[in-house]
Formats: sequence, C-alpha cells, structure tokens
Amino acid sequence: MTTGSLRAGTVPRASLEARPVFDWFFWFGVACVVGLYVRAMYFTPLDSLQGAAQKIYYIHVPSALGAYLAVSIAALMSIVYLWLHDERADRLAEASAEVGIVFLSVVLTTGPLWGHQIWGAYWVWWDMRLTLTLFLWFVVAAYLVLRGAIEDDAQRARYSAVLAILGALLIPFIHLSVYLFQARLHPMPVVLKPDKPSLPGEMLTTFLLGFAAFSVLCIALIRARYRMGVLRDLVGDRGLERADD
Amino acid sequence: MSDARVPGTLGAAWLVARKDLAIEFRTRTAFLSALVFAVLALSIFYFTWDESIVTAADRAPGVLWVVLTFSALLGLQRSFSIEEHDRGIDALLVAPISRESVYLGKAIGNLLFLCAIQVVAIPALALFYNLPLGRGMLLVCGIVFLAMLGIVAVGTLFSAMAVNTRLAELLLPMLSLPFFVPILINAAQATTRVLAGAPAETIWPWLKILIAFDIVFVVACTLAFPFTLEE
Amino acid sequence: MSVPPPTGSAPLAVEVAGVSRTFGRRRAVDGVDLVLHPGDCLALFGPNGAGKTTLLRIIAGLLRPTSGAVHVGGRSLRDDAAARAHVGLISHQSMLYRALTARENVEFAARLYGLRDARAAATRALERMRVLDRADTPVRALSRGLQQRVSIARAIVHEPSVVLLDEPYTGLDAAGGAALTDMLHGLRAAGASLVLVTHNIDEGLDVATRAAIMLGGRIARTDARTDVDARRYFADYRAMVLSA
Repeated sequence: MTTGSLRAGTVPRASLEARPVFDWFFWFGVACVVGLYVRAMYFTPLDSLQGAAQKIYYIHVPSALGAYLAVSIAALMSIVYLWLHDERADRLAEASAEVGIVFLSVVLTTGPLWGHQIWGAYWVWWDMRLTLTLFLWFVVAAYLVLRGAIEDDAQRARYSAVLAILGALLIPFIHLSVYLFQARLHPMPVVLKPDKPSLPGEMLTTFLLGFAAFSVLCIALIRARYRMGVLRDLVGDRGLERADD
Repeated sequence: MSDARVPGTLGAAWLVARKDLAIEFRTRTAFLSALVFAVLALSIFYFTWDESIVTAADRAPGVLWVVLTFSALLGLQRSFSIEEHDRGIDALLVAPISRESVYLGKAIGNLLFLCAIQVVAIPALALFYNLPLGRGMLLVCGIVFLAMLGIVAVGTLFSAMAVNTRLAELLLPMLSLPFFVPILINAAQATTRVLAGAPAETIWPWLKILIAFDIVFVVACTLAFPFTLEE
Repeated sequence: MSVPPPTGSAPLAVEVAGVSRTFGRRRAVDGVDLVLHPGDCLALFGPNGAGKTTLLRIIAGLLRPTSGAVHVGGRSLRDDAAARAHVGLISHQSMLYRALTARENVEFAARLYGLRDARAAATRALERMRVLDRADTPVRALSRGLQQRVSIARAIVHEPSVVLLDEPYTGLDAAGGAALTDMLHGLRAAGASLVLVTHNIDEGLDVATRAAIMLGGRIARTDARTDVDARRYFADYRAMVLSA
C-alpha cells in the first residue's frame, strides 16, 4: 500500500478540512470578554447596596446565557443528526456540550460566591437559575460520560442524540417542579431584587454588553472546539490508513 | 404455519414481559438483592435522625423515595443484560413483532418487578415508621405506582443503551437519576402532604406534573427505543 | 408451503441488490448482488472477515445497508414486521436464555411467531434436532453442542420458508451435525430457501444448489452446484483465499 492512499475497503470521508483552531475569531471572542471585564471593573460604578461583590454579577448572568445557548445548540444539532445522519451535526453537538458544561460550571461557582455576599448563604434552592443550572450540569455531564463510553462512531452519535433530545424534554419538567417547590415554600425576597435589570444606565449597558460578549465567546469556543474535533477525526483516519504500512 | 396468528403489539409485549419474569423467578438474585436492600435501607435510615427533633412520620416520605429510587436502579440493571448475554435480543428483532413491543414488554416486566418489591417495602415502611394505615397509605400506593411508571419508562430505555457501552453499571444511574428528579420532587411532596392529611388542592398540582411527566416520557421513550438498537 | 409456487409468478425468495455496508470508514460489504429463487439453497463460503456474517445480518433485517436494498419474499424485513414471520435465523450466538429450559426457550419462540399449539411445535422441533430428551434442562446446564441444537430448534420451530444460517455446524458433534443435515434436507424438500454461511466446503456443498465465495466484502465467484466438482472447488477456494 502506498503511503497516504486509502486501504482497499475503506471509504473516503466526505470533505474534512483541517482549519486553525485558534484563529482570529477565537481571539476576538476572548478580547470581547476581557474588554467587558475592564469596563466592569474600572468604568462601571459600584452598586450602593451590594458593593464590589456585585461585579460578579457581570460574569454570573451572562455565563448562564452562554450556557443555555451552547446547550440549545447541542440539542438542536442532535435533532439534525437523527434526521440527516450528518456526522458534522454530531461533532457540533459534542463541541457545544463541552463548551456548555464549562459555562455551567462558571455559573455554579460564581453563584455561591455572589450569593454569599448577597443572601448570606452559599447555596439556596429557591434561586431558579442556580437550581436549574445544577440539574442541567448533571444532564450534560451524563451526555459527555455516555460519549466517552462508546467506541463506535455511529452508535455514539445516535445514543448521545437520543439523550440530548430527552434531556431537552426534561428541563421544562425540572423547571416546573422546582418552581412549584419554591413558590409554595419560599416566596421570593422582595427587599433585594438582584435579578431584575432595573439597573441605572452605566450598569445596564455593561450588563447588556456582557450578554453580547459572552455570546460571542460561546460561539468562538464552540467553533474552536469543533475544529479540534475535525483534527481529531482526521488524525484517527490517518492512523487507520497507515495501519498496514 | 397457515394457522399461525402473529401476536399484536400488546400481546407480544406481554409475551416478552412474561419471559423476563420467568427468568427472574428462576434466578431470583436481582429481586432478592433489591428487596433486602430496600428493607435494610429503610431500617438504617431510621437511625440517622433524632426521634425527638423529627418524628418518624415526618421522615417517612423522604426515606421512602430515596430507597425506592435506588432499589429501582438495582432492578433496572438486569432488564437488558439478559438479552446481551447470548444476543437473545436478535431473536426478538427477527421475530414478527414490532420494536415497540420489545420496549413495552421490557418496561412492563420492570414495572411488575418493582411492584413486587413495593409490596414488601411499603408495609415495611409503615411498620418501621409507625404510619397510620388507611386512606392515606392507599393514596401513597397510588403515588408510588405513578412514580414507578415514569421510572420504568426512562430506566428501561437507558438500560437498553447502557448495556451496549463500556461502563454499563455506572452509566445507568448517571443517565437515569437526572430524569428521576422531577418524579421524585413531585411524588415526595405529594406523599408528604398526603401523610400530613393536607387538603386535596395542595396535593393535586404535584400529581398533575407527575402524570404529565409519565405521559410525555412513556411516549418519548417508546419512540426513542428503536434508535438504541443496532443500525 | 409444502409445494413451491410456480416459478416466474412468485416473488424471489431473497433479493440483494447493490448492497454495501460501512462501519465508520471500513467497508464490510461492497456492492453485493444476489438472487435466490424459492427452493434455492445458497452456500456462501469465505475467510474470516470477508463480510459473510454482516451480509447475513443485513438480509435478516438486523443491520441497515448503507446503500442498496434487500427484499425477502418481495418485502423488506427491516420495515415490515409481518414479513419476518416466515424467516428463521441461526447466528453465532445461541440467542437463548440460559436460565430457562430448552423447551421454554423454543416455546417462547413458537409463541412469538403466533403458533397455535406452541408446546407441540416445540416438542417437534426439539425432536428433529434430537435433543428432546434434554428438553427440561436449563440451557446453562447443557453443553455447547447441545445448546447449538436447541438454538437451531428455536430457529425452525415455525417452519420458516427462508432460513439464514451462520456457521450452524459450529460446536456440533457428529450426531448433531447429522441431525442438522437431515433437517436442512427436510427444509429443502418442503420448498424452503436457505442461505448457508460456512467454512466447511463439504457440508456446504452437500445441501447447496448454488455456491458463492465472498472475499473482501465482494462476491468473488458464483456457481451452480451442478457445475461444481467438490475437490476442484475446494482447491480453487483455497487458492483464492490464500492469494487475497
């Protein structure tokens, strides 16, 4: 067998191009978020009630948005995969899930940090965002563990797509259950309204910029991770082709 | 051959369920381990609280649902491992029965298995925690049944998936437990209120979500099952 | 089913058209075309890894072909559950439940196929494979060879008109092999069509009306049985396999 040509009996993979993982868009996303922090730390006034701790808010809430964005992409791509059987949809779902769990972890770590300053407790079950994020974290972790436990590509893609779609169905039920749980037992505190964006001008702008920056970072990270997946698959193919040489 | 009448979906499902129960009855290992675990856990948990601070009747719902969940997982593990052994599943797939009836049969078998465990576990709970027998306990049995429908629907599907992977014993709980969360929250809250004698309108909202969950996931898992089979 | 339908008007027993199957990047079956008329028996030979088992599983409807189509009796087994009522499969694994007895296993199969008197049918099938005396033993207590006989009994309890066999002689002793050969001849006499995958040229040619050799996912050669001299065929087969 000549080096680099396909072994008899192997199928050429539909156009996979290796592209740079850390390209301009990636650094642009990073720059957006860095820029956001510079603005948040130095150019946005301190909140009168919460003080410096409120700054965590600019990470906490936009990260949640980034997480939900990534996870939604994963669920959507799973549906696309089951429908079209295109491995690119599966690769994109995998990339989005991994980025998603990173953002979910950020929410789960900044939440208690901020909550300790605001509520006096590291963890509260009546904060819908925190609780939902926790259970979503478990579902995405299960998704990633499932992927790691299957060697066959087609089976892995199929199984994780099924899990992703069922997970998407699950979330509204968790939301409903937790809402019922906290509504009956713990009415929302009225004194502090840390979630309502009734923020004065500067802070609101920073907040909205935060959403934009994290969305860009989310897309940039998914894109970079997707390209890493492409490289991994190309290397795997190369190994297959060279096996008999 | 001309007088053969292939069974319909429910008939075939029942054949599969009967076969599973016959196998389980023959070996009894999973049933006995789940049963012993349930009763043992019920008794151990009694000692984790101070009786003077929290009464037994208040603790009972929480303990019941924790124990029920984990004994269910023990039972669900075996449902597809018997098919994997000698590829009995292939014989089911080559037979003139639908994929859905294979799933339903497995699920029904699991449901009956869990019911058999509850027949011992719930009276044991009432005994150890001094619960008043009566309409309240009957309602609790109903809530348990509703919860088991959801547990079995999701657990049977994930059991089919987990058996084909490397980490089967770890994966089944990891996949299933997040899906059990809405079942547990609603069932446990409803149970607590029933045992405390709360009025019906405080119990009903929880049951509504539980029933909705059952319907959605029985349908979704039946539809998803063919995707877990070899392509 | 005792009289084969007149040729020309009946659907083909098995029709494989341009079937390929890839696993990831590996092409296990590559553009296979096969036609079996009712009453044909095809012996499919080939070395390990040639794709014979994959092809058989595709015909049985257990695997979806990546391209091409398969029809058994004019219907797709994968999509049409009722069409599977006339098909029997014997594969590498026994497909039995070890905790149940031989009789219970075969009766379960008989019920799945909707046979009215499942118990009688199971008894007949076990008797044909000469394993009736062990009918009430749990399968796990049976030797490999006896398990294989029970597995074959399970596969033919519903008197299928198309039987797919993947190396059915594996594990069988002389008596078991003789019972199987008799059973295959009996099926053929009743008009069934067979696809027999085997390593053993003699056993394969004994029942076959057609012979084919599969190499590297492709059908390398097909012959009618009447055109084939067993010894020359064996030599040709060895040469093909060793040179590939």
